[in-house]
Amino acid sequence: MSGDSRAQDSAVKHVTGAAVYVDDISRTSDQKYVAIGGSSIACGQIESIDLTDVLASEGVTDIVTVDDIPGHCDIGPVFPGDPLMTSGAVDFMGQAIFAVLADTADNARRAVLSANISYHEETPLLDIQTAIENKIYVRPPHRMQRGNAQDALPDAQHRLAGVMTVGGQEHFYLEGQVAIARCDEDGGVHVQSSNQNPTEAQKLVAEVLAIPMNAVVIETRRMGGGFGGKETHANASCCFAALFAVRNRCTVVCRLSRRDDMIMTGKRHNFQNRYEAGYKSTGEIEALCFELAGQCGSSPDLSDAIVDRAMFHSDNAYYLPNVQIDGLRCKSNTVSNTAFRGFGGPQGMIAMETVIDEIAFSLNLDPLDVRKRNFYGETSRDVTPYHQQITDFNVPAIVDQLEIDSDYRRRREAIIAFNKSSAILKKGIALTPVKFGISFTATHLNQGGALLHLYSDGTLHLNHGGTEMGQGLFIKVAQIVSAELGLAVERIKVSATRTDKVPNTSPTAASSGTDINGMAALRAARELKQRLLSHVTETFDCAESSVQLSAAGVVLNNKVVQTWSELAHSAYMARVPLSATGYYKTPEIYYDRDNARGKPFLYYANGAAVSEVIIDTLTGESKILRADILHDVGQSINPAIDIGQIEGGYIQGVGWLTNEELVWDAGGRLLTDGPATYKIPAISDVPEQFNVALLADSPNAADTVMRSKAVGEPPLMLAISVWSAIRQAVAAATDSVAFPQLNAPATPEEILRCLSALKSR
Amino acid sequence: MLRFLLNDTLVESDELSPDLTVLSYLRDYQGLCGTKEGCGSGDCGACTAVVVSLVNDKLCYRSINTCIAFVGSLHGCQLLTVEHLASPGKLHPAQQAMVDCHGSQCGFCTPGIVMSIFALTKNHTRPAAASGQRDVIDQALGGNLCRCTGYRPIVDAARMALDACCSSSYRDTFSAEAAATIAQLKSLQSDDSTAHGAFYRPRSIAAVCELRAQYPDASILAGGTDLALLVTQRHRKLKQIISLQHVEELNYCTERDAHWCIGAAYPLADFQQHFEAQCVDIGALLKRFGSTQVRNRGTVGGNIANASPIGDLPPLLIALRAQLVLQSSVEQRVIAIEDYFIDYRKTVLRADEILVEIRIPQSSLPAAADGPIVKIYKISKRLDDDISAALAVFQLTMKGAEVSSLSAAFGGMAAVPKRAVALEQVLTGKPLDEAVLALADAALEADFKPISDARASEWYRLQVCKNLLRRLAVEVNDSRTATRVIDYVG
Repeated sequence: MSGDSRAQDSAVKHVTGAAVYVDDISRTSDQKYVAIGGSSIACGQIESIDLTDVLASEGVTDIVTVDDIPGHCDIGPVFPGDPLMTSGAVDFMGQAIFAVLADTADNARRAVLSANISYHEETPLLDIQTAIENKIYVRPPHRMQRGNAQDALPDAQHRLAGVMTVGGQEHFYLEGQVAIARCDEDGGVHVQSSNQNPTEAQKLVAEVLAIPMNAVVIETRRMGGGFGGKETHANASCCFAALFAVRNRCTVVCRLSRRDDMIMTGKRHNFQNRYEAGYKSTGEIEALCFELAGQCGSSPDLSDAIVDRAMFHSDNAYYLPNVQIDGLRCKSNTVSNTAFRGFGGPQGMIAMETVIDEIAFSLNLDPLDVRKRNFYGETSRDVTPYHQQITDFNVPAIVDQLEIDSDYRRRREAIIAFNKSSAILKKGIALTPVKFGISFTATHLNQGGALLHLYSDGTLHLNHGGTEMGQGLFIKVAQIVSAELGLAVERIKVSATRTDKVPNTSPTAASSGTDINGMAALRAARELKQRLLSHVTETFDCAESSVQLSAAGVVLNNKVVQTWSELAHSAYMARVPLSATGYYKTPEIYYDRDNARGKPFLYYANGAAVSEVIIDTLTGESKILRADILHDVGQSINPAIDIGQIEGGYIQGVGWLTNEELVWDAGGRLLTDGPATYKIPAISDVPEQFNVALLADSPNAADTVMRSKAVGEPPLMLAISVWSAIRQAVAAATDSVAFPQLNAPATPEEILRCLSALKSR
Repeated sequence: MLRFLLNDTLVESDELSPDLTVLSYLRDYQGLCGTKEGCGSGDCGACTAVVVSLVNDKLCYRSINTCIAFVGSLHGCQLLTVEHLASPGKLHPAQQAMVDCHGSQCGFCTPGIVMSIFALTKNHTRPAAASGQRDVIDQALGGNLCRCTGYRPIVDAARMALDACCSSSYRDTFSAEAAATIAQLKSLQSDDSTAHGAFYRPRSIAAVCELRAQYPDASILAGGTDLALLVTQRHRKLKQIISLQHVEELNYCTERDAHWCIGAAYPLADFQQHFEAQCVDIGALLKRFGSTQVRNRGTVGGNIANASPIGDLPPLLIALRAQLVLQSSVEQRVIAIEDYFIDYRKTVLRADEILVEIRIPQSSLPAAADGPIVKIYKISKRLDDDISAALAVFQLTMKGAEVSSLSAAFGGMAAVPKRAVALEQVLTGKPLDEAVLALADAALEADFKPISDARASEWYRLQVCKNLLRRLAVEVNDSRTATRVIDYVG
């Protein structure tokens, strides 16, 4: 049974412009604005910093450098390496050196331009290949293995090897990084921030200011998009705003311009993936070695976990009897890369899908058949490279149904015929599955908290640790509480996420928002419901079994005997505590990283997509003609919200794999520093035929909230089908002379390069 | 005095600085924060609002990017923002459809999307079921980026809003109150002031030239879609601005002496409407020229005068053998457009001159009797709202299988938009066959030494232009072979 397709909690406020984002918070007369001064080189040492002209600029009232930080300078989330400002070593272009405060944002941004900073410049490390060759890492390599791939490879019937590069991705949340800070009477600070991780921001602001955590409140009502880009990279804005607010005892806004945002904050890791596979004539894989090298940028940030997640997903849906996966965390003099929807998973998964495509190509088989032959089994062939047993594996069923629903086989035949008759335009089609592990791989983050207040008029205030970035978390959790309590959703107010309401929260990340916070809220609701039911049975002297709580109120023997406001008032008068907390920690999961074994994921979210594309072999231009998706969200709490995540994830993935290309120059300057040069998908990129369905009757076998499944990240990887289909089209255009070494993103230029390389063979 | 209607309130000011953007005015001066800043460069559409102006005594609704429009450009108009769309207790159909279709997720792009759909409903009177609807919707919303939804629900919402607004019985509040709005705008137009502060709004070319002489450092403002970037991206201050918006003698398109004569301040949106009937490929190019918001503000003259090597009109106009009329207070001269561009962002325009007219020979358009073939190929990463990595325009006539005349121009291939002289020579008098195309490749290499940048590498630019000659050959020799993915309907 599915839940209601209710609108996003703020839908009406969105369309009327009434939804308040951080920069919309009404201005106070003492409000001031920050701009950050970044380095103009990518690598070297600062020799001198002269800010005389900056201070003399119109409207400037304060300047800070590293010496003005009262507490910690390093705001690295897990490992050190992310100084809020630097006065010595420069590790990437745009690294913060100073910040100014001025009366307007314009004046602050203009003032920054007049800094005189001299450097001793060194040759920057910019390419991943050099880092791999010289073993220049931000964290040590990690290996997962099962069986013995090195021994099994030489014995295999067939072998292949290859290397591919996978591009990074700019988040391009429509609302850039922003925080507003006000100091309080105790020297503490209240920061409203567009932030996926308020608790982390609270800790870092406290550390930077050298004040206790209880002196800092972080509040996040909503984000104008996050996608992982506000998991750790929202914290610097909070720290700058807080630092200036406390120094100047005024309200301070730190909002990055789009350009600064794109230059100064991290992106999805680009990867270089090497693979070597041994397989049978049927296409069954016998042995596989991966080397997955992620370009982490200047610091560790979250890269250890991100490259781990790439490794965890390099099997995708396939059983690998002998497997060895090495993950490298390469350093470079570029901005530190960070979380982005999928968190490394997509970069690992695409390597696996490439191997499947290449095996199919070499054996002249339909790649779908090779995929099916390698799927994990139900009762055997069911252990991952990290030794987690696969259970409740529904990828084969999803793929079988989608194959029929999308008419894959007939269309593939039609495409083969089309390609024979079309000289310039060529088509391709691909069906690719997704199996994505759900849980933070850092076990301690798998906890959630919630706080419910029932007021004496029968309305409820709901807080939890998750943040709303558009994914519909607030309405989903409200629906969960509503279903448990029987209270109408309209009587439930979900308000801003605040560190003084629910403490020690985890980031809203890893697709975990509903799983952990929804479950915590459910438990709080259960607690509250129990108290109310006890009160009702006392009031009416009845058995609990004869009582129900419904939207109308208390139902006793099928008759409404109290409205919610009467119930709440009477419970209050009877001194029943009407506030409840709920707490949830994900059971069962663990990962022994030293031995690369464990059960890091509570369950897997699965889906599959069929994409049909057409390419122009003269220009490399491409277009998606049709997409069909079948995705498993367990028992959906809100089908409309879930479908929105699936469609949005798919198109975001399409952007990553087609047109979104990050370009740096030889000096380490990001050339694609705005939407004029960095092209995320626009409306015409959406296929004319776009069929999305939720897998029916599939309650999560794991004990999750309302038997639902997480949906935030997994659909992004459905877009691998587009990239794979493009490669099919390239192969068709070149008479399958060799396997197309297509890299991502498949821009028109990359497609033409790939075609040219094959044609010149 | 600057006078305009902000929603239903009359605004009169002499104080606002000339380079204040409409977005900044809304958010910082009026506290109307429903309109969002996503990029500050006119590329994302989050700041979209709708300008209502009087055209032939009718209300004309046009969406604009407020982040790159100066507040002075609102003079005599009404600006409608997202806060004003709903009636008390009732959402506008553009809003209701977005709610009903789950068209918002994070909501940050939503006000802009709502305003673009609103403008669509005011400009499009056929219900959504009509054919070609997706194309109309894509054009209206191609300048509005959404990072969350994947657009499918937004397309649905636009369809639903069109259906609601196009039903014969429906009139929204703006249509219902049109007479009163027209009266208000007329009274604004009776204002004969020609400036607020250092924002000048001359009414004649003569007055423009006079101001130009008086303020040699003043910025000439046409649509502002490029000029405003100096303010929002480079953080420059524009002390004086001379706006061409109210110079009626620069805003026209008329037939004269076998030419289409176009005023320099003729909006791109109007150019698109006029010329898509003259040439299919011009229509297709203009659909992909910036976005609707940009075409509503940007002008034909602006795209030439700013001398960008990647503007989309100059290669077209060069290939069509257009002429430019340059005028100062003392003289007027007419030059071939290909002679206008000297070097990167350098032109022959003198400090005391302005570009006043563009003349396109009617004989250069396919619509003419025995008109030539015109083929326009724009190459960019994205279909909507993207700057060309390369743009190729060919105007040619065939005599049997041979090219009897060819005019070819390219954008993105040099520091200036440029004619391909060597290529023209090689192809003229020859059939478009493989042997000739091999020679053409060498000619292209002689004509162009493109650079590598964020949009494409030198290799790609040259290779794709060589390949576009093959596309040209196929399209000219064999019209049955499909050559363009953009037009392909599977």
